[in-house]
Amino acid sequence: MSVTEDDVRRIARLARIAEPTDRVAKLTGELNGILDWVEMLNEVDVDGVEPMTTPVSTPLPMREDKVTDGEIPEKVLKNAPKAEEGFFVVPKSVE
Amino acid sequence: MSDVFSMSLLEARDALSRGDVSSAELTAAHVKAAEAAQGALNCFTVIDPEHALGMAKASDARRAKGEAGALEGVPLVIKDLFATQGVDTTASSNILKGFKPEYESSVTQNLWDAGAVMVAKSSMDEFAMGSSNETAATGPVVNPWRAKGSDEKLVPGGSSGGSVSALAADIGYGATGTDTGGSIRQPAAFTGLVGVKPTYGRCSRWGVVAFASSLDHPGAFGKTVRDSALLTQTMAGHDPKDSTSYPGAVPDMLGACDKPVKGLRIGVPKEYRVDGMPGEIDALWEKGVEWLKSQGCEIVDISLPMTKYALPAYYIIAPAEASSNLARYDGMRYGLRVEGEDLIDTYEKTRAAGFGKEVQRRILIGTYVLSAGYYDAYYVKALKVRRRIYEDFQAAFEKVDAILTPTTPSAAFGIGSKSKADPIEMYLNDIFTVTANIAGIPAMSVPAGLDAQGLPLGLQVITRALDEETMFSVAAAIEDAAGFTAKPERWW
Repeated sequence: MSVTEDDVRRIARLARIAEPTDRVAKLTGELNGILDWVEMLNEVDVDGVEPMTTPVSTPLPMREDKVTDGEIPEKVLKNAPKAEEGFFVVPKSVE
Repeated sequence: MSDVFSMSLLEARDALSRGDVSSAELTAAHVKAAEAAQGALNCFTVIDPEHALGMAKASDARRAKGEAGALEGVPLVIKDLFATQGVDTTASSNILKGFKPEYESSVTQNLWDAGAVMVAKSSMDEFAMGSSNETAATGPVVNPWRAKGSDEKLVPGGSSGGSVSALAADIGYGATGTDTGGSIRQPAAFTGLVGVKPTYGRCSRWGVVAFASSLDHPGAFGKTVRDSALLTQTMAGHDPKDSTSYPGAVPDMLGACDKPVKGLRIGVPKEYRVDGMPGEIDALWEKGVEWLKSQGCEIVDISLPMTKYALPAYYIIAPAEASSNLARYDGMRYGLRVEGEDLIDTYEKTRAAGFGKEVQRRILIGTYVLSAGYYDAYYVKALKVRRRIYEDFQAAFEKVDAILTPTTPSAAFGIGSKSKADPIEMYLNDIFTVTANIAGIPAMSVPAGLDAQGLPLGLQVITRALDEETMFSVAAAIEDAAGFTAKPERWW
């Protein structure tokens, strides 16, 4: 499998990164290099093998369903690029 | 006291408890050394003398009241991936420029609770992606080591390159790092330091800027095995805020350094003899084997047949997790925002301007392998190979107690010498370290010798999950036998 320049533009769109106009050709080459290299995984027999997602096999701990913090709007907003009256200010997205 | 900078962490701690020196004096000296070295080594993202001295004075006050902790007053360097309350935390990325967390990472909180003092925050590869520390938004970090008779600038290794450059230059008595594919062990080997990656879950990831959540391991750097043992056991512990944190007790890692290794079975995997590896690395590995044999270990030849598939599996799993973790950097809640025509345009412009080239490359690969049609072919396949790699280790640990390998396939290389080439060439630097991240088992690098150019090389010790004690016993035995005392010649 290999990617084309159009694929790279599409992936960049999915990843919400502005089209790297001046680097599309170079990135296509690099991505194909990496994808060719990982093809070697096809040599491994994985028939009947369960995918492993984590090296920690214990069940996820559950906690009581209750609020553990909150009431800290100033702290939450402290690093916001734009905030007003206790809210994040974001660009208009619905007409 | 002759020279405060040449002491080990344990010696500094003893000097502090004897009252030979105050934490304020010691910290002031280290802050000054950090400021003096920054121009040449570029190893810090933040040096905040006021913050450091405030912590040191608070430590001296605690000591005066008789409340000294295990690391009371000891100056440390903190990788800029750990959130530190009120102090800039940027992961060496422009997208987090100016971010001051309102919270403290659990690992650093454990260190402060034990009395330690933060000298400075250290530079790193952007979002911990790299093996040379050339991808930081603030520019490459320089290794204090140089090849014999050369003034070429060398990389310190990555991604925790700032931490090791600082510590190798005798700034701080220990440092924190994170290891996702080798980012503690590889830079430790490149700078003649000890680097520890404990078992996955041993040190909490809460408050550590996420790269690849199932592979990220916080850990420690020390000048000696014992220093790094004390640091690791202080950083470790169960944390209810991290659901993958291991709930059991933390073993006495420092005490384990004094346990004899007689009778331990040491595995030597044949797959780690790779083509084109310098003969010096093979020779050092042989020496390591002899050192352990002479201390009564039994050497066992083993096979880890899946070794060569670890790196390609990593380069699917890690970018996949990174593309998901880094989705949070959208310019809305924190960090950089570049205004666009609408919401999506703002996201896209912000992320294009905020992330560097290597980070963008990995986000793109990750997005691709998780996209419809490729998910099974790449991502699920890699997770299946991951289990096969894990099973390799399980089988090996039925025959042996620890595994000994070289840490890296070469010594430190020149800045720019690999970064301009094919990215895969750089990725191959983690070929010996990455398997332990895939399996989640503890591994560490111990400085063991110098190559013909006078550059440090390390040996790696790998043990079963949760068996850090055996790892430290073996590492201490290697350290005693190697007698590594070399230091970089001071030029900075």
